[in-house]
Amino acid sequence: MAIIKTEHLTYTYSAGTPFEKVAINDINLEIEQGELVGVIGHTGSGKSTLIQHFNGLVKPTSGKIYIDGKDIWSEGVNIRDIRFQVGLVFQYPEYQLFEETVYKDIAFGPKNMGLSEEEIDHRVHQAAEFVGLPAELLEKSPFELSGGQKRRVAIAGVIAMEPKVLILDEPTAGLDPKGRDRILSQICNYHRETGRTVLIVSHSMEDVAKFAQKVLVMNQSKLFCYDDVEKVFSQSAQIAQMGLAIPQITRVFVELAKRGYPVSSSVYTVEQARQEILALLKKGNLPDDFLQKGGDALWR
Amino acid sequence: MALKDITIGQYFPGHSFVHQVDPRMKIIITFVYVVMLFMIDHPAGLLVGALFLVVAYGVSGIPYKMILKSLKPMVPIILFTGILNLFFIQGDTVFSLWILRISRQGISTAVFMAVRILLLIAGTSLLTYTSSPIALTDAIEQLFGPLKKLHFPVHELAMMMTIALRFIPTLIEETDKIMNAQKARGADMESGGLMQRAKALIPVLIPLFVSAFRRADELALAMECRCYRGGEGRTRMRQLHYSFRDGVALGVLICCMVGILLLNRLPAVL
Repeated sequence: MAIIKTEHLTYTYSAGTPFEKVAINDINLEIEQGELVGVIGHTGSGKSTLIQHFNGLVKPTSGKIYIDGKDIWSEGVNIRDIRFQVGLVFQYPEYQLFEETVYKDIAFGPKNMGLSEEEIDHRVHQAAEFVGLPAELLEKSPFELSGGQKRRVAIAGVIAMEPKVLILDEPTAGLDPKGRDRILSQICNYHRETGRTVLIVSHSMEDVAKFAQKVLVMNQSKLFCYDDVEKVFSQSAQIAQMGLAIPQITRVFVELAKRGYPVSSSVYTVEQARQEILALLKKGNLPDDFLQKGGDALWR
Repeated sequence: MALKDITIGQYFPGHSFVHQVDPRMKIIITFVYVVMLFMIDHPAGLLVGALFLVVAYGVSGIPYKMILKSLKPMVPIILFTGILNLFFIQGDTVFSLWILRISRQGISTAVFMAVRILLLIAGTSLLTYTSSPIALTDAIEQLFGPLKKLHFPVHELAMMMTIALRFIPTLIEETDKIMNAQKARGADMESGGLMQRAKALIPVLIPLFVSAFRRADELALAMECRCYRGGEGRTRMRQLHYSFRDGVALGVLICCMVGILLLNRLPAVL
């Protein structure tokens, strides 16, 4: 059964005023348990509004959301329980830290769940480990930490609630490439080890191509598609039209295919590219100026 | 999402006659208009005052229902003053029940007061609806300019007002974001007693203060980087100039005022 399911989900900001704006429009979606999903879309495409519906922070104007088969806005559902099941990490989550120590801040969510002291302690340590925070940092004030460390504390604060679904809104925004890779690989590890569903909102196609199994593309308040990575990137022309940058390596291959080389245009990782080129080399029909043309395509 | 609905001096951008009147003139006109409202003795004068506003709103293109919106929070005050005037003004009794006595003069004062307050609020709202906060602070700075001679920090105050106004929406948005983030971690801000609710605000207030200080720091640094040194010798990108339009606006107001003064001489109806 799908862990997240939406039916005709629509949300309108400031309904009935001159500032009325449809943020998401008729979204029908089913996300299976255990999936690692990349959510992409242009600024203002409605992706942030969509994920805020998943844990009941925003009530839809019309339509339904089912988490684990349960309609979250039906009678008798405690919306706080939904928030414990669907953990949401906002953009720049480091700005939400407030406790005296890192430990207490990570424990804030589990405490709100009403867990026992030992259980909280266990979860805090486990969550800290997932995000790679050394134990000696736990007793420090969160305001003493570096930006990247703060962000990992904030993510740990949500992981510690052990949600069935973990949603991260741009977890790598504003980090240097090293910090970015680190957080992404920790999230992937978390996904692999716990087998829980993870959604990552991202601007960067490169990142999405690296980690995701499935991609959800939002465009102008609508769901453009939700599918496997290869299938989504095989529609690279439309995606580029939406103003989203497709991965560099995909661009190279699209351009090569356009020039008549027998390559697949849905290549999205360097590893796949290597396989494709090796296959091409084996066939022996690679001209001398292949590399240069590939390079030209990239700069276009 | 209740926080999003808070608006302080909501500005409706536009290009109407009222929008284009010099903000200094608009402040002066608003001030004179308020004084005028209190000079009215004859009910017909109130009509003139109301007519002035109806025309001004019409010209500005601000929807009339915005008047209702700005009046809404003031209803209790209007009712309160109305009721006080109604019962406590002595005169020819027209109605009495137990110790409550309503006099003819009481009714007329109550109605007068209520209408005056309504017009006053609608009038001042029009000022903020049609002038951007920045234009208003500019105008205030210039109108209070003469006080500089008395070493009154006019420019600094205007700058502080500008910055404060500029950051209200930012901070509201930020509060909204932090509240959502803490709610996502199961913070419960909607139930419990007073103490519990106050405690539930801590996870919102601390990050909010931290970020407000951070913003202040960054802004100060950015201003210093651009060599901001206070008001001395500072020129403006948008110079304010009085024009023919401002004369027309003032002229209309003066006509209303003369009309009101003349009407005051008429015999009273009530």
